Amino acid sequence: MTSAASNFAARLASAIGASRVSADPAECTEYAVDEIVPAAVAKPSATEEVAEIVRFAALEKLALIPCGNRSKLEIGMPPSRYDLALDMTGLNQIAHYDPGDLTVGVDAGANFNDLAAPLFKQKQFLPLLVPFYFESTIGGIIASGLDSSLRHSCGTARDFLIGAEFVDGTGRLCKSGGRVVKNVTGYDLHKLLIGSLGTVAVITRLNFRTFPAPPASRSFVLSFSAPRDALVFSNLVERSPIRPASLDLVSPRLIELFVEAEKNSSQPPTAALKGEFPAGSWHLCVSVEGSPQDCERASREFAELAASSTAKPAQFVTLNENEGAGLWHYVSQFISFLLEACPLTAIFKITILPSRLAPLLEQLRALADQASLPYAVLARACGVLYFSLLLPSDEHESLNSASLQPLAEATSAVFSFCTSENACAYLPWCPNQLKRQVNTWGSPRADFGLMRRLKSAFDPQNLFAPGRFL
Amino acid sequence: MHAGLLRDLEKLLGSSSVLFQPEDVLLYEYDGSVEKGRPDIVVFPTTTQEVSQIVKLAVKDNVPIVGRGAGTGLSGGALARIGGVMIVFARMNRILSIDPENQRAVVQPGVVNFDLTLAPDPSSQKSCTIGGNVAENAGGPHTLAYGVTANHVTALELVLPDGEIVRVGSAQGDAPGYDLTGLFVGSEGTLALVTEITVKLTRKPEAIKTQLAIFDSVDDAAETVVDVTARAIIPAACEMLDGWTLRVVEDFVHAGFPRDCAAVLLLEVEGLAEAVTAQAAAITDVCKTHHAREVRLARDNAERELLWKGRKNAFGALGRLAPSNYVLDGVIPRTKLPQTLRHVREIGARYGFDICNIFHAGDGNLHPIVLYDPRDKGQFERAMQASAEIIRYCVEVGGTLTGEHGIGMEKAELMPLLFSDADFDLMRRVHDACNPACLLNPGKIFPLSKGCGEIRIRAKSSSRPSPS
Repeated sequence: MTSAASNFAARLASAIGASRVSADPAECTEYAVDEIVPAAVAKPSATEEVAEIVRFAALEKLALIPCGNRSKLEIGMPPSRYDLALDMTGLNQIAHYDPGDLTVGVDAGANFNDLAAPLFKQKQFLPLLVPFYFESTIGGIIASGLDSSLRHSCGTARDFLIGAEFVDGTGRLCKSGGRVVKNVTGYDLHKLLIGSLGTVAVITRLNFRTFPAPPASRSFVLSFSAPRDALVFSNLVERSPIRPASLDLVSPRLIELFVEAEKNSSQPPTAALKGEFPAGSWHLCVSVEGSPQDCERASREFAELAASSTAKPAQFVTLNENEGAGLWHYVSQFISFLLEACPLTAIFKITILPSRLAPLLEQLRALADQASLPYAVLARACGVLYFSLLLPSDEHESLNSASLQPLAEATSAVFSFCTSENACAYLPWCPNQLKRQVNTWGSPRADFGLMRRLKSAFDPQNLFAPGRFL
Repeated sequence: MHAGLLRDLEKLLGSSSVLFQPEDVLLYEYDGSVEKGRPDIVVFPTTTQEVSQIVKLAVKDNVPIVGRGAGTGLSGGALARIGGVMIVFARMNRILSIDPENQRAVVQPGVVNFDLTLAPDPSSQKSCTIGGNVAENAGGPHTLAYGVTANHVTALELVLPDGEIVRVGSAQGDAPGYDLTGLFVGSEGTLALVTEITVKLTRKPEAIKTQLAIFDSVDDAAETVVDVTARAIIPAACEMLDGWTLRVVEDFVHAGFPRDCAAVLLLEVEGLAEAVTAQAAAITDVCKTHHAREVRLARDNAERELLWKGRKNAFGALGRLAPSNYVLDGVIPRTKLPQTLRHVREIGARYGFDICNIFHAGDGNLHPIVLYDPRDKGQFERAMQASAEIIRYCVEVGGTLTGEHGIGMEKAELMPLLFSDADFDLMRRVHDACNPACLLNPGKIFPLSKGCGEIRIRAKSSSRPSPS
C-alpha cells in the first residue's frame, strides 16, 4: 500500500472512527474486484456515515465501490480505479414493514434471508430468489439487477421497487419514490439503481411492494429431446388460461450439474432435487400458484396438453410443494452450480422476444459446437436466455490469453450474432482474464451516451465504481 | 412574435400543420386541470423526423417546447406555461405494429389508449393518448393488479432537446445498463419528447367477476378495503364511490347504484374460473363482515359494463352538482383509508365545501373532488387551500402527492413537502443531463423557486396563487 493510501485511511478513520475503517492488506484483499484490491475498507453503521464517507471520497478524489456480502462483485468490467471499499452490511435493519399495506422498507445491507423471515411469518414474500440470494444483501440484489424464475408472474425489481434512499456523488442523502404502491411524484430515480453495480449512487434504503404468498403451488417437469419442442410446448402453456408462476427451460448439461451437485453435496441444500431426468433431455420446469383447485386444474390441463400436443414430452413429472422447492432451489442457483463445476465459464444474459428464443438458441448451440465448447442453458419463456460456454477445466493450469482464445473468439461471435438478431446481450460472468480481451457489456448501445450523462448527473466526479459499467 | 420560427415551421410542416392565430391557439391553453398556459404556436407533426426538426428550430431561437396528446391531463402537464411551441401528437396516431404472439405493439404517441388492450385504463381512456399516459405514468382502476404504465412499456423512441433521436429499452424490455425506460416514463415531458412506444399487450383472463358492495357507512366500506387485502386477495380493481357521487352518477348513467347508501365498492376479480368464483365468495364474506347492506354480482357483461360506465363517467356527471370541481389525486397507505376519509370530511366541513370521493381504494389512491363555483374568486382560493390541506395529510400519514395525475404545474409548489434541497439538486442535475437549456416543458414538476432561473421570472405573471 502506498503512503498516500495509508494516509487517506488514517484521515478517514479520524473522521468516522477508527473502528469503521480498515487498511489491513489481508482484509482489503477480501474486497478485491476483479483482482483489484482497494487500499482501505470503510464500514459505516449509519446513513449519515455513508454520506460522510462519500463526501470524504469526493474531497480526496477516491474511487469507491459499495458492496454487501460480495457474492456478485465479478459482474461488470474491472474498475478503472478502486481506492475504497464501502461495506454496507452495518446498515441492516428493517425500517418498516406494513403487512396490511403490502410494503416493506429495508436497509441496503440487510441480508435477504433476514427480510424473508418476517415476510414469511405474515404469509408474504418478495420475488427476489435470484442467484446467490441466500448469501446476498438486499442492496446487492438490486444493484446487480439479477432476475428470478418468478419474473414470469411477478416481474423484475423495476415492477416492485417503489422507492429508495441513496447517497449521490456529492455525498448527500437523496430519495425517490416513497412507501406507497402507486406514486408518480418526481422522477423515478430509484429505477436507475437497479443493475447499476454501484456506479450511480450508494443505496442505503429500499422500499418494496410485497406479495401475498399463494395458498398452494405445484411444479411440473416436462422432458423433451429437442429444445425447440420444449419451447413450442411452453408457448402452449402460455396460451392456456393457466398463468404459470415460473416457466424455465433447463438444458441437459445444466440438469446434469444439478444432479452431480446433489450427489456430491455433504449436506444437501434447503430442499432435495427429486426426480429422474432422462439423459440428453431438455427440461421445461413449470410452477403454478393459487388455490389447491387451481393447481389440480393445471395438473389436468398440462397432462392433456402433453398428450395432445405435436411437441410431445418424453416424460411428464408432477412435483408436490416440497419437491418443487428442491427443483426451484437448483434452478434459482444455476449460476453457482455452473461456476463451481467449471470456473472458466462465460455466462451471457440475452433477452429477445419470446417467439425468437428457439431460433436464437439453435444458432447459439451451432456456434458453440463449431467452437468445440460445451454449453449450458437456462431460458425463461418470457424471452431471457442464459447461455453459458464452458471452457474445459483441465486447462486451468496454464491459463493465459492463448488458452482463453477459443472462449474469447466464441464470446465475440455470440455478441455479434446477438446484435444481428436484435437481441440484447451482456456477459455478467466470465473468467476475469477474459475481460482483457472482451467488453462484457457487448456491442455499444445507442443509449449508452444518455446513460453516461445520467451517471455524471448522479456522480459528477466519477467516484462510484468507475469503469465497471460505461 | 417568433416570426422567423413561424416561417420555418410552416416551411417544414406546411401551413395547415401550424396554428398561431390567437383564436386558434386559445383552444390549447387548457387541459383537464384548473391551470392555464397559452402556446404561441401549435404544430402537428406526422413523423419523428419532423419532431426532431421542430425541436431544433425552436431551440435555435431559444423558444420553449411542450408536447401534448389529447389534453386530458389533470395537472397542467401539457400546458405551455411560458408560451412557446406546442407539439400536438394528434397526427402521430398510427399503430405501427401488433405482435400478438409476443404480446407487444409499437405505437405512435397519439394513439388513443382505448384502441389497445392495455392494462392501464385511465377513466379518460376513450380520449387520452398513449403518449400522455407515458408522460404521466398513468394508472387507472386496474392498476391494482396490473401496475401502472411504466410496468407495460418496454421501449421508447425519444427526441432530445438537441433534436437527437435515441431509442431506449428493448422490445423484450430487459436491456443491459440503466433502466432508462423506467426513468423517462413519468418524467412529464421534461426530459425528452416520446415519439414511439413499445407496449406490452395484456391477455384477457378466462373469467371476470364484478361485484357491487353497498354500505350504509363510509367507514365500513373503507374497513372492507383494508380487510380484503389482509386476506391475501388482490382484486383486479377495487373502487369506491361515496354517497354524494353515486347519487349524481345514478341520475346520469342509471348504473343501478342505490341512491340512499353511504358508499359502494366496485370490486373485480380476474383469473381462472374456479379461482374467481372462490375469490368473489371470499370478498362477499368480507363485505358482509363489515355490514354491507347488499353485495350484487354483475350477472353478465352488459351489467358489468354498466357498473364500469358509472365509475368511469362519474367525473363528468359531477358537473351537474356544482359549476366546477377540482379533482385531487393523493395516495395513502391503504390501511390509513378509514381515518383519511374521515379527515377529508372534516376538512370539507371546515372550509364549507362538499367533497365527493370516487377513487382507487385498493391501492390507496384518493380522488377527493372539491365542488366550488369559480365565479367566486374567494371560493376558488379556499378550494385550493382545502385541497392542499388534504394532500398534506396524505403525506403526513406516509403517502404521496400524486398517484397518477402527475405533478405538472398543479403540485409543483407542494413538492418540498416530500423532497429536500439535496433531492431537488439531484433531480435538477438529472433534468439538465437531458434538457440543459430548460426548453422542454419548462415550469413543471419543480417548484418555481427551484426551477430554471429564466422560468422563475417569466412564469411570475402567469401563475395562479400558490395553493399553500
